[in-house]
Amino acid sequence: MENNAEYVTIYVMGKKHEVPGDLTIMKAMEYAGHQFTRGAGCRGGFCGACATIYRKKGSYKLEGALACQKIVEDGMYIAQIPFSPAEKTTYELDELRPDANTMLEYYPELSRCLACNTCTKACPQDIMVMDYVQASLRGDIEQAAKLSFDCISCGLCAVRCPAEIVPYNVGQLARRLYAKYIDGPSQHVLDRVEEVEEGKYDEEITRLMKASKEELSELYNNREIDLK
Amino acid sequence: MSYPRSNLILRMDPENKRFKDRVTELSGENVDLCFQCGACSSGCPMTQEMDLLPSKIIRMVQLGLEEALESNTIWVCTTCFNCEVRCPRGIDIANVMEALRQLVLRKKYNRVSLDELSPEELRDLPQIALVSNQRKLTA
Amino acid sequence: MTRLAYYPGCTLKTKAKNFEDSTLATAEKLGIELVEPERWNCCGTVHSLSTDDVMHHLAPVRNLLRMEELRDAGKVDSRQVVTLCAMCYNTLKRSNTVFNTDSDRRKKIRDNMYKEEKEYSGNVEVVHYLETLREMGWDKVKEAVVKPLTGLKVAPYYGCLLLRPRGTGIDDTDNPTIMEDLLEALGAEAVGFAYSQKCCGSYNTVHMKDVVADLAYKILNHAAEEGAEMLITACPLCEYNLGPMQSEVEKKHPVFDSIPVVYFTQLMALAFGLGEEATAFTGNTPDPRPLLREKGLLEE
Repeated sequence: MENNAEYVTIYVMGKKHEVPGDLTIMKAMEYAGHQFTRGAGCRGGFCGACATIYRKKGSYKLEGALACQKIVEDGMYIAQIPFSPAEKTTYELDELRPDANTMLEYYPELSRCLACNTCTKACPQDIMVMDYVQASLRGDIEQAAKLSFDCISCGLCAVRCPAEIVPYNVGQLARRLYAKYIDGPSQHVLDRVEEVEEGKYDEEITRLMKASKEELSELYNNREIDLK
Repeated sequence: MSYPRSNLILRMDPENKRFKDRVTELSGENVDLCFQCGACSSGCPMTQEMDLLPSKIIRMVQLGLEEALESNTIWVCTTCFNCEVRCPRGIDIANVMEALRQLVLRKKYNRVSLDELSPEELRDLPQIALVSNQRKLTA
Repeated sequence: MTRLAYYPGCTLKTKAKNFEDSTLATAEKLGIELVEPERWNCCGTVHSLSTDDVMHHLAPVRNLLRMEELRDAGKVDSRQVVTLCAMCYNTLKRSNTVFNTDSDRRKKIRDNMYKEEKEYSGNVEVVHYLETLREMGWDKVKEAVVKPLTGLKVAPYYGCLLLRPRGTGIDDTDNPTIMEDLLEALGAEAVGFAYSQKCCGSYNTVHMKDVVADLAYKILNHAAEEGAEMLITACPLCEYNLGPMQSEVEKKHPVFDSIPVVYFTQLMALAFGLGEEATAFTGNTPDPRPLLREKGLLEE
């Protein structure tokens, strides 16, 4: 396939490359000959493996991005952070209470937050990271859970935080507490579980398990597809 | 209120002068104004825990003695500003204490560590205690 | 209703919720609506004293910007922000002063906050709720009292950051009267004692509990010796060091006069007759209710 895009200059770990200007950082790096053994995952903006930092020519601002999502720009200086060091504390979710002091017990470094907003500036998902960290500090678990919903634990915030907090771990605890203790289980899930336990689907599943390969192919090819 | 000027002239080694200048710059206080009246020490709530009295620390800064950084005084201070309101020469001793702390903290030194706290303590302490503790005593 | 911007601070949403609940109830009775912005952050609790520090002023200034945003949105009627916690008051006020007087640091703070929608103009006035009451007039406070706290001997405990350093305090450091005036308006008897401004030990409570226990012992004993039956305070850290930390005091000094410590707004709520949820005494250790019942100020 011919690539008719204009070429741009990027610098990967200091080395200069000319790459097509319509590629993502990840594709551009592979175009330039880099082979990803770390720092690449789903390639769809969801796993958080390809955390990247870069600066643009002439700008002092340090930006954060996901290599698989961000399109290259002329004069980009790129470096990857395939892993950010962070310990995730262990906890028994069943034994926790959803309040501020639970957050402080497992992540006491929350008390060091300076509200400097560096985490928010680093986030490639446009999440209000500082806000959910602050919400956790003051015990607003619901707010922390809702604001951190899009987090994919890429680690850019943790690497940049001057107070040495790991925001994505904090957000994860907040979401778990929220889901278990505040939001509660969804009624439709509970209803379905009840149906399963009553044996509503037993016959159908038994039939499928006994079906031959041809029968299964037939069923699969003629299944209902909802294209809404 | 305008404060009296100090006529104190001290000659000291360049190292001592460097230390004194740095403390002066960081705190914004002119320690040469101190005439060792001791009012700050008498009002300080934490003197029992201190190895050197606040007024002694000020004297050491006046003379450019970096040993002031080795005292536990600067770490026990609660920045209550009792010294500041009492000082007849308008020196904010708490500012000087903070400057001395900063000189140590900025070398990546933490006076207290969150690791030392048990889960029970973390559950019990109000945020205000933990936040202020970390702000004043860690890098 | 006058609408005033209100900055709660982290602790008031959790361990010191009784402080907030009692305040909001009393404010409503006095015709004040305290408006909390949707977004705010921890103020940092302490003012950074180094002349070159910019980082530690971001948190307080960001909050002041939020207050300004409230005013721009027409949600409040003045340029004041009301604080309850003495530490928040002190930190916000002092950072505001740094912002307004130090042009070099002002520029740096603004540059760092480029992600905010607008720049802070410096035009917010930080006040403490006690100042708001004083401004309103103690007779107005007295008018709202339905059950005067007759016979209750209360020692006002100012602590440090409400009155110091010079220029930042809400009253004269040598002879403050603001809490005494409030107590008088509520019908209680104000008991002066020598340690009303002595530091409670502050953040040393995290790692030097025995030192705080000693200070608390002295403060409580002195107050009791002067005849005080209760202490009022305006700071969650003082409340913690003098109240819940009494268990630490007991370890070192088994015989001491344990007296309850409450927030001044809780006594206001009691005197205004606002009920259990407003007085929120369940949040206090030691429990002040036995004493209040004894005095006939609290129904069963």
